[in-house]
Amino acid sequence: MAYSDKVIDHYEQPRNVGSLDKNDDTVGTGIVGAPACGDVMKLQIKVEDGVIKDAKFKTYGCGSAIASSSLVTEWVKGMNLEDAEKIQNSQIAEELSLPPVKIHCSVLAEDAIKAAIKDYRKKHGGGDEA
Amino acid sequence: MNMSIKTPIYLDYAATTPIDQRVLDKMMPYLTSHYGNAASRTHAYGWAAEEAVEGARVEIAKTINADSKEITFTSGATESNNLALKGVAEYLREQGKHIISVVTEHKAIIDTCKHLERNGCDVTMLPVNAEGLVSIEQLAAAMRDDTILVSVMFANNETGVIQPIAEIGALCHERGVLFHTDGVQAFGKVPIDVKKMNIDLMSISAHKIYGPKGVGGLYVRRRRPRVRLSPQIHGGGHERGNRSGTLNVPGIVGFGEAARLAREAMPAESARTFALREHLRQRLSEIPHAILNGSLEHRLPGTLNMSFAYVEGESLLMGLKDIAVSSGSACTSASLEPSYVLRAMGLDDELAHSSLRMTIGRFTTRDELDYVADQIKFHVERLREMSPLWEMVQEGIDLSSIEWTPH
Repeated sequence: MAYSDKVIDHYEQPRNVGSLDKNDDTVGTGIVGAPACGDVMKLQIKVEDGVIKDAKFKTYGCGSAIASSSLVTEWVKGMNLEDAEKIQNSQIAEELSLPPVKIHCSVLAEDAIKAAIKDYRKKHGGGDEA
Repeated sequence: MNMSIKTPIYLDYAATTPIDQRVLDKMMPYLTSHYGNAASRTHAYGWAAEEAVEGARVEIAKTINADSKEITFTSGATESNNLALKGVAEYLREQGKHIISVVTEHKAIIDTCKHLERNGCDVTMLPVNAEGLVSIEQLAAAMRDDTILVSVMFANNETGVIQPIAEIGALCHERGVLFHTDGVQAFGKVPIDVKKMNIDLMSISAHKIYGPKGVGGLYVRRRRPRVRLSPQIHGGGHERGNRSGTLNVPGIVGFGEAARLAREAMPAESARTFALREHLRQRLSEIPHAILNGSLEHRLPGTLNMSFAYVEGESLLMGLKDIAVSSGSACTSASLEPSYVLRAMGLDDELAHSSLRMTIGRFTTRDELDYVADQIKFHVERLREMSPLWEMVQEGIDLSSIEWTPH
């Protein structure tokens, strides 16, 4: 299977690998996927005044999964939560030129950022009020 | 990097092998000047082709202690497996309809069994234990009065695990049940004696032993018992009626030469391959949480299958871009399933996703393996730094205690 140049770039030089303190009130953590399925993503955001100041990820999965999560951390930095929440998997898949069998990787990345935002909001009063 | 190493490095000899130059030299005249049809009885072109084919048949038969009349040439082992199973099932339809095989067989057996099931056969697929081995007791218990055929592969293509073929053969012989083995991975690599092992049918292939692709064979026993098959390809009655079609003379000549070379070199070659395999295994065992898949004792000399926990196989392959190995992980193939062979051995999905198959062959060097081991070590460490599972394990979290969200 041939990977796109962008997937290879993110795989070889992943952006924002690492962890934030999940007990920090300003941090939201999303963990999605399952080892049995071959991919698990952990995506964390650090939020100040409704804006994502920092984002980190760790991913167990194929190159496309690593690239999808790396890309999302790059995108969300500087975004407010409302905009970050609107990221669609199709945008990720398009940016990385993912083939059909790898679309699930982009879905997982979308789920991961949504889960991280949800976690952050939960820490701040269950937050549907945004 | 060691400058004496040329990349890419090929470590996928179980998938296919390059043609040995000596094999190609033997084949060449049959592609150009000696182009006769082996079935042409009326002129020298045909006679020369037929003589070459019969010479190859002798070499192949000798490799497994068979008679040359017991070798039927085919297009490859997939066809041989199809012919063996369908041919026996069809011929013995009146005697019985029950076939026994194993869950870790190659798809050419599994899918053929499914086809036979749809056409009225009963198929029992035996499980394997954690080492990848079938149990003789379970096989004996699965046999019925209407069992006509047992098919158990000699050595597994993913793990290299060798089944207790002689014991299975003895049991089948005692019960009067035909015994077929898919011998593709074992043929030419470990000693095979169809008489001593009571093998009635065996599928073999040229391209796994430094011969050309597109040619294989089926050993069909002629005495005690005489095995009969219904042909699956009809036509001019070639190959004693077992398989019609103009013989692939250059391919067969190459197959014969490859078999001769493998037979003559076997003691030295298997010792060399084994030593290299063990060297690689030991180097890779230095990596924490590296797990060998399948029996160490009952294993082909050149095959190694290991899982590197908390690292997904395809991402590891992507890092090993100048090394040709294969992964038992989901995403590598079109299907999103981890290796069914490893799962059948009870490996959990995570470890099955983390597996690599490395197969060593005639042209592998120790320097290459050192380079491969260094590369694997480097990338496993790098990917673990990126792995949330690894992080959790380092924090002392039991992964099985987590409620995952399968997708």
